[in-house]
Amino acid sequence: MQYLWAFLVGGALCAIGQVLIDLTKLTPARILVSYVVAGVILGAIGVYQPLVDFAGAGASVPLTGFGNLLAKGMRKAVEEDGFLGIFTGGFTACAAGVAAAVIFGLAVALIFRRTDRTRQE
Amino acid sequence: MNISKKEYAKLADSYSAPSKLYITIPKAFVSGGIICCIGQFFMDIYTMLGNDTDTASAYTSITLVLISALLTGFGQYERIAKHAGAGTLVPITGFANAVVSPALEFKTEGLVLGTGAKMFVIAGPVIVYGIAAAFVYGLILFVISLFGG
Repeated sequence: MQYLWAFLVGGALCAIGQVLIDLTKLTPARILVSYVVAGVILGAIGVYQPLVDFAGAGASVPLTGFGNLLAKGMRKAVEEDGFLGIFTGGFTACAAGVAAAVIFGLAVALIFRRTDRTRQE
Repeated sequence: MNISKKEYAKLADSYSAPSKLYITIPKAFVSGGIICCIGQFFMDIYTMLGNDTDTASAYTSITLVLISALLTGFGQYERIAKHAGAGTLVPITGFANAVVSPALEFKTEGLVLGTGAKMFVIAGPVIVYGIAAAFVYGLILFVISLFGG
């Protein structure tokens, strides 16, 4: 059952992105930025976490989940560290995902050679 | 080949990426749903290994980023993305692809200003506005806490 909800909610979030691409001509970069900021806002007002509890990876894997993680981390940091938390919360929350992307990105760039020039524009 | 402008436009349209909504949206839905199910699969494995939800979620992100990085390295992510559209963009694998793809692509411009700098061409804005939005939220929370919230 968890997989069905993950599929439906995750699929719906991606379908919304596709509608934005096709109808508004938003570039992929703008879509990603919008999703993360939307996730922060939805996380801040407390509506995204219930969706994560319900749909699992269907809500946490899309980039809105990344935004929700930022809001969650910020809440924890401000509770624990007060004013300093406003500055440390965001990066602490997204550290795992961003560090993984940087490290694996660097590794792939060093090891692989670009053979296929076709790129999604 | 002798064709009019109108015919040419029609021909060019038929060769460009499919932009018919009744094709692109279901494709994005299904491919995005499948990626989230793969994520759920790793969530379950990491939870079974005794991690709490937050830890399992972090390991799931790292795993998906690794898979996406490898697929990008082998040139396969873009091949899938051509069909999946937003289905491969919106999940965290799309974020990873946006980091790894330019890192590899711009290797020819050097490891510092090529790979090192271009890595953040899309991820940079995402991090900037994500952190900024979270900062505003943190500021609001802090002000509330000052007034005994």
